[in-house]
Amino acid sequence: MAVSGLIMLGYLLVHMYGNLKFFQGREKFDHYLHETLPHILYPYLPEGGFLWILRVVLTVAVVVHAYAAITLWRRNKAAAGYVGGSRYQTKQNKTGYQRSYSSFTMRWGGIILALFIIGHVAQMMPNWLSPGGASDSKYDRVVNGFEIWWVVLLYTIGLVAVGLHLAHGFWSALTTLGQNHSSTRRGSRWTAISIGLATVITVGFISVPIAVFFFGAGS
Amino acid sequence: MTTTTSPNVSEQFHAIGPDIADTKAPAGPIEKRWDDRKFNAKLVNPANRRKLSVIVVGTGLAGGAAAATLGEAGYQVKSFCYQDSPRRAHSIAAQGGINAAKNYRNDGDSIYRLFDDTVKGGDFRARESNVYRLAQVSVNIIDQCVAQGVPFAREYGGLLDNRSFGGVQVSRTFYARGQTGQQLLIGAYQALERQIGAGTVEMNTRHEMLELIMVDNRARGIVVRDMVTGEIETHTADAVVLATGGYGNVFFLSTNAMGSNTTATWRAHKKGAYFANPCYTQIHPTCIPVSGDYQSKLTLMSESLRNDGRIWVPKKAGDERAAADIPEDERDYYLERIYPAFGNLVPRDIASRAAKYQCDDGKGVGPGGLGVYLDFAEAIERLGLPAVKAKYGNLFDMYAQITGENPYETPMRIYPAVHYTMGGLWVDYDLQSNLTGLFVAGEANFSEHGANRLGASALMQGLADGYFVLPNTLANYLADGPYEKIDDSHEAVVEARRAVEERIATFLSINGTRTVDSFHKELGHIMWEYCGMERTEEGLIKAIGLIRDLKQAFWSDVKVTGVNEELNQTLERAGRVADFIELGELMCIDALNRRESCGGHFRAESQTEDGEALRHDDEFAYVSAWEFGEERPTLHKEPLEYEYVEMKSRSYK
Amino acid sequence: MNITVRVWRQKNAESKGKMVTYGVENVSEDMSFLEMLDVLNEQLTLTDDDPIAFDHDCREGICGACGVVINGQAHGPQVTTTCQLHMRSFEDGAVIDIEPWRAGAFPVIKDLVVDRGAFDRIIQAGGFISAPTGSAVEANNIPVPKDNADHAFESAACIGCGACVAACPNGSGMLFTAAKITHLGLLPQGQPERDSRVVGMVEQHDHEGFGGCTNIGECTAACPKGIPLDTISRLNRDLLGALAKGKA
Repeated sequence: MAVSGLIMLGYLLVHMYGNLKFFQGREKFDHYLHETLPHILYPYLPEGGFLWILRVVLTVAVVVHAYAAITLWRRNKAAAGYVGGSRYQTKQNKTGYQRSYSSFTMRWGGIILALFIIGHVAQMMPNWLSPGGASDSKYDRVVNGFEIWWVVLLYTIGLVAVGLHLAHGFWSALTTLGQNHSSTRRGSRWTAISIGLATVITVGFISVPIAVFFFGAGS
Repeated sequence: MTTTTSPNVSEQFHAIGPDIADTKAPAGPIEKRWDDRKFNAKLVNPANRRKLSVIVVGTGLAGGAAAATLGEAGYQVKSFCYQDSPRRAHSIAAQGGINAAKNYRNDGDSIYRLFDDTVKGGDFRARESNVYRLAQVSVNIIDQCVAQGVPFAREYGGLLDNRSFGGVQVSRTFYARGQTGQQLLIGAYQALERQIGAGTVEMNTRHEMLELIMVDNRARGIVVRDMVTGEIETHTADAVVLATGGYGNVFFLSTNAMGSNTTATWRAHKKGAYFANPCYTQIHPTCIPVSGDYQSKLTLMSESLRNDGRIWVPKKAGDERAAADIPEDERDYYLERIYPAFGNLVPRDIASRAAKYQCDDGKGVGPGGLGVYLDFAEAIERLGLPAVKAKYGNLFDMYAQITGENPYETPMRIYPAVHYTMGGLWVDYDLQSNLTGLFVAGEANFSEHGANRLGASALMQGLADGYFVLPNTLANYLADGPYEKIDDSHEAVVEARRAVEERIATFLSINGTRTVDSFHKELGHIMWEYCGMERTEEGLIKAIGLIRDLKQAFWSDVKVTGVNEELNQTLERAGRVADFIELGELMCIDALNRRESCGGHFRAESQTEDGEALRHDDEFAYVSAWEFGEERPTLHKEPLEYEYVEMKSRSYK
Repeated sequence: MNITVRVWRQKNAESKGKMVTYGVENVSEDMSFLEMLDVLNEQLTLTDDDPIAFDHDCREGICGACGVVINGQAHGPQVTTTCQLHMRSFEDGAVIDIEPWRAGAFPVIKDLVVDRGAFDRIIQAGGFISAPTGSAVEANNIPVPKDNADHAFESAACIGCGACVAACPNGSGMLFTAAKITHLGLLPQGQPERDSRVVGMVEQHDHEGFGGCTNIGECTAACPKGIPLDTISRLNRDLLGALAKGKA
């Protein structure tokens, strides 16, 4: 779970770097997508080879992550000893001692993310699902899509889910890999770093649709 | 000096039998006796050990260590405890530390000095041979515990730290913060769990021993109740070890765990095992007082508090003012006044008794007038708040947690409480009782502490018995085994089981009007009043009558709800309280017989002209071993002789 | 003060339980929580009702026997054991919900009593140092840096009460397991068995049906002895180390 999660996080950071090139204008953005990326490690790898390796690795990571999540979910539900629909009958203190909100969102947030990723990948297929109109320029397709309010809304929901997932997930992955040296969760610097990282990623990604929808970037 | 010449009035309550002796202790130089005993003991071939079985009841320091060691040696061990895990035995609550004659401090300590201190501390009522062995073995205990991973306190150089404890002048106490008992028990528990995992020890948790099975005058098994299902089970073996702790709960309120009880030892006593020195109990002066009649137990605070705290009561009886409103000249710092040389640091028994006198005079403070102030105002002024916090912070926090008062602002209230019982089943040098095949270890036996136990000695004795003494002496007994196999249809087994079942059926059928706890509390009041810190002939005779009445009331009016075939905590308590009542009577008879002030026990008829404790070595230098009788008990005396330590009176003035 | 308690009543392991409401009058704020239950039980006994079964023993916060979930919190609103919780932590007229530890690995035996035998079996799977009696070397032959000894002690302070499991949303026993791994792993005497210990104990932990740790941190927050959360990271490091050496 931790390792697959960290792989995806690494990808997200690079992905965000690419997205932010949007602000450099159509030419640089399209060049990056159409020319730079397919030629990574070229000619040691064939054109687009690196992207295919990346796709395979990410697919494996997603599958492993989902499989581990489902297994853990089922195991933990049994381990928590539910009586009927709830564990404790009391209505008091349902939110625990010090739980972060993000820790509550890991499972449903994960499902939202899975749906988001499916939609997002479909949208990336060459002119297959193109809200707002198809184009050979990815830059144009970004602009076309983000001029529609519900696309922006869905994208934002997806990215907030990413942020919440990371705020707990990054800390959790590092702890699982033995890197926490603090006596409490809240006291750990990794908790602060996780929240910071999650915020950077969410803001970084959302900045593009905001710029397009509210400030008319690219049109 | 008063003398006791009149015939002992206790004889109306008991018979006197022939003297007994410990026949197992070797003679010769004291430092060679344990080696001689081990050398002359019979051995068991490792291949034969798995054919021999041992039952160990109790999983505290003595029982846990014994079961682990015996299992490891290759015997088939069955271990029993009433708790849900062997790790919860009450040894866990010991705070202070464990003594060992390592002399790491180069301060003149030695095995001989630890021996000497312990014999004197016990006020010359323990056996020299046993105490010497304890001091010898103490050294090995520390090695063993460190090897198991017990995290003792260490110095910056990485070596073990020591402190001085209980008024001795050498630093020989090893400790793990205030949780030494816990850490030592967890060490023994882990060793035990290792053997359980290896299959050499069969662990039975939530099982309470209710009867001893004797076959052909040998202890061969026990009857237990499975506390979850109520099933009555019988278990047989070649030997039985009882390591079931002390009986302080006879006082209802004590620092013992709620479940600590005498049932195992009392059942054995009723089957013929002698009960030795039952009246020897230790009362600790610095406990948190009772806050109301719902109180279920008392909590000990370290005696170190008396190093800086000043003890006082209002001069006027019945003074209801808050401590802060009582001006300095209306306070009586009674220990400093009566004992100017020692002041607040007088020995435990003196401090306890003095507090009782103040409360008896109506000067006690807090709920029910059962408490005296322990005031740190002067210490805070002298040392500064941070220094007091650093030294006593954890104790102050504990006090605040329990009482809800802030001890930095208002003085603490303290009162004495029953803490440890030196009495127990009589055993010889091999820790074998007078019943062949029945061995008794730890607080459950009458032990090496004589009439008074020194601080940090209980842990030492429990582990000495469990790790080092029993495995050797028990082997000597088992070498003659295996004994004839006993199955469940054996007459003795059937009879023991039937007795247990009938007793349980009786409890459930009485259906009276009073709860078990109400009887227990009443017994506690009687014991505390008449067989506590100060005893008088008149009081003890009265107590015996009261206890007899209580026993009758119990068996006709107790209310035990539910059935046997379930987890029934009321039924469990009923059995324990029934035995406590009988033990209480024997304690009073023993106290009545012992017409001397000795160790922690002040007998009002035996005091010096200035009111201090007066021991009578000419008349009472013996172990009182009581044999059970349906009509009345019989006293057997085991005379004590001192070849190495000269008998002297304690002096603290 | 007068209070109302709602208590989980369950006759035995097989039967279904439910919350039952009782009133308790004249509660003193100086009572411990368990003494309040004692008072209630005396009432129940005298009215021929079945007293509430609950585990408890030392009542000074060290044996680890007691422990119930009070208003959804393991050991209640103060970070201490149930026996050290006092009624002054509640208001007059309060309604207090009392439930047993809930975990798949801790089946209810009766009312508030659960079976925590799984903890003992985890210890059996490696939570010890094999030191046969009599084989020990002189205690001061192996110095232990004070820092390590102090940290080992901090983890060894675990009382095995099970609050960590009750508080963990996943019913995981990781903090308990990690405390022992840390205690023994920090001492030189614990090194020879360090790899086999972590592998054995974690295997047993999972086998007992405890959940997996998702690093939420509720265990540490509920722990009456303050076992630190980094013990779990230490366990993970030891486990990864052992797996890397092919010890599983």
